[in-house]
Amino acid sequence: MVLLEAQEVTKSFGGVKALNGVDVTLQEGTITALIGPNGSGKTTFFNILTGVLPMDAGRVIFLGQDIGKWPAHRRAALGIARTFQNLQIFQEMTVLENVMIGGFRHTHSGFFGGGFGLPRARREMEQLRDRALELLERMGLAPYQGALAGNLPFGLQRKVEIARALSSRPRLLLLDEPAAGLTTKETLSIARFIQGLKEEGITVFLVEHDMDLVMGISEWVIVLNFGKKIYEGTPLAVKRERSVIKAYLGERGAQG
Amino acid sequence: MKRDYLLLLTLTVTILLLPPLLPGDYYVEVLLFAGINVLVALGLSLLTGYAGQISLGHAGFYGMGAYISGALTAHLGWPVPLAAITALLATAFVAALVGWPTLRLKGHYLAMATLGLGIILYILFVQLRGITGGASGLSGIRPVHLGDLYFDTPRRYCYLVWSIVVLAFLFSINLVHSRTGMALRALHYSEVAASTLGIDVAMYKLKVFVLSAVFAALGGILYAHYITFISPETFGFMYSVDLVVMIVLGGMHSIWGALLGGTFLSLLPEALHRLEDLEVMVHGLILLLVLIFLPKGFVGLIEKVGEKIHGAP
Amino acid sequence: MVNLIQYLFAGLTMGVIYALTGVGFNLIYNATGVINFAQGEFVMVGAMLLYTFQEVLHIPSPIALVLVVIGGIIVGLVFEHTVVKPLMPMGVITVIIGTIGASVVLRGGAMLIWGKDALAVSPLLSERPIFLFGAALNTQVLVVMAITALAVLFLWYFFSHTIVGRAIQACAMNPLAALLAGIPMEEMMALSFLLSGSLSALAGGLIAPITLAEYDMGTMLALKGFCAAIIGGLGNNPGAFVGGLLLGVMEGLSAGYLSSGYKDALAFLVLILILLWRPEGLISRGRGERV
Repeated sequence: MVLLEAQEVTKSFGGVKALNGVDVTLQEGTITALIGPNGSGKTTFFNILTGVLPMDAGRVIFLGQDIGKWPAHRRAALGIARTFQNLQIFQEMTVLENVMIGGFRHTHSGFFGGGFGLPRARREMEQLRDRALELLERMGLAPYQGALAGNLPFGLQRKVEIARALSSRPRLLLLDEPAAGLTTKETLSIARFIQGLKEEGITVFLVEHDMDLVMGISEWVIVLNFGKKIYEGTPLAVKRERSVIKAYLGERGAQG
Repeated sequence: MKRDYLLLLTLTVTILLLPPLLPGDYYVEVLLFAGINVLVALGLSLLTGYAGQISLGHAGFYGMGAYISGALTAHLGWPVPLAAITALLATAFVAALVGWPTLRLKGHYLAMATLGLGIILYILFVQLRGITGGASGLSGIRPVHLGDLYFDTPRRYCYLVWSIVVLAFLFSINLVHSRTGMALRALHYSEVAASTLGIDVAMYKLKVFVLSAVFAALGGILYAHYITFISPETFGFMYSVDLVVMIVLGGMHSIWGALLGGTFLSLLPEALHRLEDLEVMVHGLILLLVLIFLPKGFVGLIEKVGEKIHGAP
Repeated sequence: MVNLIQYLFAGLTMGVIYALTGVGFNLIYNATGVINFAQGEFVMVGAMLLYTFQEVLHIPSPIALVLVVIGGIIVGLVFEHTVVKPLMPMGVITVIIGTIGASVVLRGGAMLIWGKDALAVSPLLSERPIFLFGAALNTQVLVVMAITALAVLFLWYFFSHTIVGRAIQACAMNPLAALLAGIPMEEMMALSFLLSGSLSALAGGLIAPITLAEYDMGTMLALKGFCAAIIGGLGNNPGAFVGGLLLGVMEGLSAGYLSSGYKDALAFLVLILILLWRPEGLISRGRGERV
């Protein structure tokens, strides 16, 4: 089943076309990777899918609804979650709080309920806490739950961000370079973890530079270069495709 | 969280015991006005400390509370509670009207828009002579009573004011520890990340702004019905600045900053035997020096001392 | 007709003052991303300094005006060094609060030095009005127009024809690229404050003979200067200029034909409407991005 379909997505910054008519289809329950050289428009594409940036033209259809003009928070409410390449963690909140707030879309009490301490607001906080503790336990973050997120080492902050996104129980999870800055061992464990998500039925779309990770876990790979989709296919096909090798290594790499 | 409720209990007990111990009505009155300042500053600290926005128009909201509630009782003879609720609703409406266009934007437009609003409201307080009494002021505002219990002595009114302050703190503590409070803190650190978690950033900022305006109006209502005579200069630009000084001095990152900063700034003129003309500059200097040398204010200082005593965390 | 001319000229005169103040806002906004709440006080200091030099020390007017500009430069630089630079690492909101603090210090200081009363300053040329199409005009109006035109010419030349001016613009457009290109960011920032301070002080010196000099005139000027900048799109200097003139003329006409008591409310109304409908400004694409 098609979960998300992006059609003809176009975005310019000043005179530069960051994205030029990009089409992407994500099948539910799969792991898809988006690769391409630096500056090819990968993060811009993520920003457009999640509503962080408006697009100039094109459509984004999620579960049959055209969400292309929706603000970010409404898209999140449908079950689209993401992480950020340059970590957007809530630094002066604890790890537990970071993950708790991830579950925001499943709770409903507002200023009134919160301020007057109504039972529903309290119950929701308990639910958020339970869910967050469970996730922290699963991701090996439990020992750090009381620490300020900004004080953690980089690798752990990445994990906290993933936990925060998962805490929203998303249908679609966008991971922007989940392995950047991680050690080989950490990368391996992330790879296993992402495969585990697929088994839970979460659709994963990731941007990644680590080719071993990309080829190891994804079923479908989309290649961007200068804001255009130049190829898509299975990891094996992408590895053999000359135009992809050329985009990455230049003309000589393709010949050699 | 437990700590906050304990602190609130301490505050409640202190306030219960304090008025009889003070040497005279004059000091009870100082305490009473300090309570009003703390209430208004608490609202501003929710806005600044939790949503990262600045308002320079809170004196205007304070004035709206005072003038609307005061005029409805003085001219039309409305009962105080009804007049007060009307004033709160009207203030909330005006705040929403100004907040809506400005808080949708990235950046700090709210500060300038509220500066303008404060100026406009001040002009209205002076110009609408038929309602506000103009520059010579509005008199005949009704005092507050509950059945036969009249809050007509400084001590009684002081208890009334501080009961409301305590309730406002209770509300604020509940709020900041709720899902809503977490969402506000989250958007303070990263609006983008908050929005991708489903938080409607603009709406949350708008709501907390309206809430903080309502706190200010409540302070104005309490002021008007105690003093029973109000005139525009109380609600000028400098009071808005003083409120900012209070929360910065106390510590913007904590709601307790409003209590410490608000009380301190209310007592300062008493301690220095009325600064008169120096006051404006002294307040500006306090603001600058605290920002530079004590960026987390009194609360930050206390936290640091606490860490020293309990050893490094 | 005579009235119309009078209102128009009064509006244009105030308009160029708002324009200069708006450009002052822009210069600092472009250099730091901060809305400077002390901008109006820079103008007030200019007015007060002109009063001191011209009326107290009896320095000839043209020299007094030059000294006012130098005073503005000093205020801008001191402000940048003591308030903005130390607070910059703590984030934009802290710097903004810092500028509020500085504005109050300047205002309180001015009250101590010059007192609470409005001070009269004599116009640069002559006290006697001149007549244009039958309308009596304060000669200072012509002085304001002429000197502002010179200032605009200078700004235009500076930003489009000198390396330093273009470097400042580069810093505003893309700080990272500017840094990589080896532009000394710190100097550019100081220069922005210097320019901003001097332009605003000049505005104060020019307007003092018309509106009088008063310690608390800054708040209102800040609001209106900011409004000018917003009309033009925050950060856009030619835009701020058009914005200032527009606001001035609207104000002049409404004061003449409607009521002068509410004249000051107009800037606020315009500000809110622009933020509501066109946050990027009427004149060009600015930066009022929506969340």
